[in-house]
Amino acid sequence: MVSYIKISLSAGRQGVTRVGIDKKIVKSVAFLSRIELDEKELEIYSRQLASIVSYINKLKEIDTKTVPPTSHPMAALKNVFRKDILKKSLELDDVLKNAPSKEGDSFKVPQIIECK
Amino acid sequence: MNTTYETVIGLEVHLQLRTETKVFCGCSTKFGSRPNSQTCPVCLGFPGSLPVLNEKAFLYSIKAALALNCAIQSLVKFDRKNYYYPDLPKNFQISQYDMPLSYNGSLEITSGGDRKRVRIKRIHLEEDAGKLTHPAKASYSLVDFNRAGMPLLEIVTEPDISSPQEAYDYLTALKAILQYLRISDCDMEKGSLRCDANASIRKSGEKKLGVKVEVKNMNSFRWVREALQYEADRQVSLLEAKENIIQETRLWDAGKMATISMRSKEEAQDYRYFPEPDLVPFMVEKTIIEEIRKALPELPEARTNRFVKDYSLSEYDAKILTSQIDLADYFEECAKQYENKKTIANWITCDIMAQMNIKNSGIIELGVLSKNLIGLLEMIDSQEISGKTAKDVLIEMIETKKNAYEIVESKGLLQISDRERIDQIIKNVLSKNGKSVNDYKNGKKNAMTFLVGQVMRQTQGKANPSIVNEILKKHLAE
Ligand SMILES: [Zn+2]
Repeated sequence: MVSYIKISLSAGRQGVTRVGIDKKIVKSVAFLSRIELDEKELEIYSRQLASIVSYINKLKEIDTKTVPPTSHPMAALKNVFRKDILKKSLELDDVLKNAPSKEGDSFKVPQIIECK
Repeated sequence: MNTTYETVIGLEVHLQLRTETKVFCGCSTKFGSRPNSQTCPVCLGFPGSLPVLNEKAFLYSIKAALALNCAIQSLVKFDRKNYYYPDLPKNFQISQYDMPLSYNGSLEITSGGDRKRVRIKRIHLEEDAGKLTHPAKASYSLVDFNRAGMPLLEIVTEPDISSPQEAYDYLTALKAILQYLRISDCDMEKGSLRCDANASIRKSGEKKLGVKVEVKNMNSFRWVREALQYEADRQVSLLEAKENIIQETRLWDAGKMATISMRSKEEAQDYRYFPEPDLVPFMVEKTIIEEIRKALPELPEARTNRFVKDYSLSEYDAKILTSQIDLADYFEECAKQYENKKTIANWITCDIMAQMNIKNSGIIELGVLSKNLIGLLEMIDSQEISGKTAKDVLIEMIETKKNAYEIVESKGLLQISDRERIDQIIKNVLSKNGKSVNDYKNGKKNAMTFLVGQVMRQTQGKANPSIVNEILKKHLAE
């Protein structure tokens, strides 16, 4: 996605509105999201996403030179803090209730192998 | 190592802040509790839960940033760093990307007698991940989310560090400052301070950086130094053999004393950062920043200089004493109660620190109250015990938590300073050792040592040595 955003931003600055979403990008985003797609699905999603993105790219046609960037949708709201005060955590039984697999007090997951 | 290469190192330190509660929820940060007992919908990443920033964690971060000479971002925002790993319940970590809390800092260190300025690129606030354990022989892992959502400060240097020893010295100086700020336990064993490194090498004089290797899994400063040395050597031999250095992450294996390549990822990691929509932006008022700056404590270097000036200590002693805030406080507590500061410094830097090393404990856990150490020193001054006995008494004090007087009393260690009694004992020794007396009178001066030894034996070492010497000399001169 980052690569895509980079493309679109630079394209936007040059005033180019059409940016291609291709199968390669969809494949890599699917991998990062741990979504398995077969060839047929890849085809469909590439086409659909390309069409959505090009529609959204219409926004780039607006001249935003004089508009300050929005960092957050609720721009008026700032500095929302909480005090460092202890709140009751969940009961351990409730914590583990939805876990597909557990052992003792812990969640059980497939082993992650990091080394050769 | 071949002298035509230089090592380029950047360090990334992660520091757990010592707040009562996690960074975005009210769960406790207490260490060592039952797995998953300190979790809630926010830190477990349940749908619909909303993070709210812990004000104290934010203020602590600013404190650290100011102590490390950083500029504070006028508008601070948080971002989501997206990746899949079982220790990350939301599949993203709330971190900071393009607008970190602070940037452009620096830390001046002394390494091998030279002064060096290490630039700090950025310090940002994020949440910690959960903890994975891999039971022996099991084909699965266990996850404890008590650590998930703990406030974590990331302190990143520029690649300014040019040797493994310099990395060690930087970390030592950084840890001392962070301890002085009292914002973290800085305990590597408990994982409240962790360090990763980036290392590359290049031909001396070259401007372009070499291929960077990330080194992880070093859980002490010593291992950081060892791992970086190993890595520098490994990279040099690759280049010498005209082989390529691969950009990768390697793990330090302390058992093998080597770095080991992590399985290379099929695809490059792409974190797809984007602004965290559940947290509003933060703007720190200048007045608050200035308030925090003014309230910064005296930092290790300033304290070293003051110890040299106020207590007439050597710079060496002052540095050792101020390297740990508790030790420096302890010294100053003692200094209030006792005139000879150099004596206090000697006892702390030698005997007390030796015991701290043996017991792997801090000065507070060692349990020798300042007034009890002073009590011991006063017993030496009043010649109730010798300096040598005092060393044994100190060890006893640590073991039993009793004061020096109680121990000396109960063990009958009181030094004999009664001149008449010593005179009696000496006369007795001389009458039994006529040969040695003659030897002495015939010029064999080491006969004196033998005679002193005899007196000490008669008194189980409790006779005051200087009085023994004085009286013995007088008799031998007769
Ligand atoms: Zn929580």
